[in-house]
Amino acid sequence: MSIPAELKYTKDHEWVRVDGNIATVGITAFAQGELGDIVYVEIETEGEELDQEEVFGSVEAVKTVSDLFMPVSGKIIEFNSALESNPEAVNSDPYGDGWMVKVELSNPSELDGLLDAAGYQAHIG
Amino acid sequence: MKNTALSDKHIALGAKMVPFAGYNMPVQYEGVNAEHETVRNAVGVFDVSHMGEFLLTGPNALDLIQKVTTNDASTLTIGRAQYSCLPNGKGGIVDDLIIYRMKEEQYLLVVNASNIDKDWDWISSHNSFGVEMRNLSDDYSLLAIQGPKAVEAMQSLTSVNLADIKYYHFEVADFAGIEHVIISATGYTGSGGFEIYCKNSEVEQVWNKVFEAGASFGIKPIGLAARDTLRLEMGFCLYGNDIDDTTSPLEAGLGWITKFNKEFIDSEFLKNQKETGVSKKLVAFEMVDRGIPRHDYRILDANGNVIGKVTSGTQSPSMKIAIGLGYVNTEFTTLDSEIFVEIREKGIKAKVVKLPFYKK
Repeated sequence: MSIPAELKYTKDHEWVRVDGNIATVGITAFAQGELGDIVYVEIETEGEELDQEEVFGSVEAVKTVSDLFMPVSGKIIEFNSALESNPEAVNSDPYGDGWMVKVELSNPSELDGLLDAAGYQAHIG
Repeated sequence: MKNTALSDKHIALGAKMVPFAGYNMPVQYEGVNAEHETVRNAVGVFDVSHMGEFLLTGPNALDLIQKVTTNDASTLTIGRAQYSCLPNGKGGIVDDLIIYRMKEEQYLLVVNASNIDKDWDWISSHNSFGVEMRNLSDDYSLLAIQGPKAVEAMQSLTSVNLADIKYYHFEVADFAGIEHVIISATGYTGSGGFEIYCKNSEVEQVWNKVFEAGASFGIKPIGLAARDTLRLEMGFCLYGNDIDDTTSPLEAGLGWITKFNKEFIDSEFLKNQKETGVSKKLVAFEMVDRGIPRHDYRILDANGNVIGKVTSGTQSPSMKIAIGLGYVNTEFTTLDSEIFVEIREKGIKAKVVKLPFYKK
């Protein structure tokens, strides 16, 4: 199971890639595997300020639906609109083309509370 | 939790295993969409050995079956099978099942895994006919070999001409080097094929030979997730979702297996219900606006009033649209009725359609 070392993770199976004050967010390889074939990603919170752990969208798979939680507080400045026509990218490339939103961090210190790759590996067992 | 005789095989094949009806079952191998397509276009194999099998023998076996089931089993000749259900004495359904006439005075009842104990107790409690009942569920395995290429792919494994077995007929014959296997032209997918009943001790050999024979036809193992999307595209009911102890066969659209030319448990009640009409009915619907219906989501009218409940829903892998089954008040059951499924607190538009969803 791929868990890139340079990313941060949540117990809800989101990953975070930090670049300055901007965090790119997606779901992990483990999460997409558990969900199965993904049908669409619904994110209608672009432009909104959300707190850590608030729901920012949902991901619908053939068999199930799952909420998406903010790994950190901030403003959603971009949604990966390519997922509208190609939601399968979340399955095939969860850490790359399958990214979901970019968040402008409002409280960067929250990053310290996220899991590193080893911590996430231990979490999923 | 119980294993089937093939659990180790599934794990070795990389299946994701889940607990289902008390059994450790493969829910998917390579992915639900790919497995679904395999069955629609080629041939796939399901291990559904969790299903229960009861053997009823004796001169009064038919009388017992006629009493506890809704369909007319007197029409069954040896070598034929019939879909039926067990009414619960209160207008609901204990289970749905398939009845095979094996011999003059012998029938095989195939029931849902989750209901084996309940069904056994229920049928036993009505056995005032002295029928010998044997529960073979722990001794028998069941493979469903389904898809348009099933006949051609499996022909080399048996001396029976598979193309000659008509839908809902069966043969007891040699298969994959094993004698006395039930080869039944039934299934839960709408894509044709067979169900194979054999002993647990024989099923590994059958499984291996099925995959050898099917290799050049692209045969693959299929999990329970695709079993559900395949049956839902056909509108086949799933016990525990679309039918249960609170739904009547008439409400569920199972009037076609409810025969009033005989007396059975609830026959008076259901006859009366048929005459007075039901207040809710199971309908098929497809989503007009984007959203996927799921079990237990509420169904609303245009004004937001609750008019029913979703019982099954999915994104259809064959048609790439969201589809579902659900009970709605009778006034919303006509074709093209506009209904709304409540998804994350919003009413998303859907319309009532005809079954099956999937047509070749």
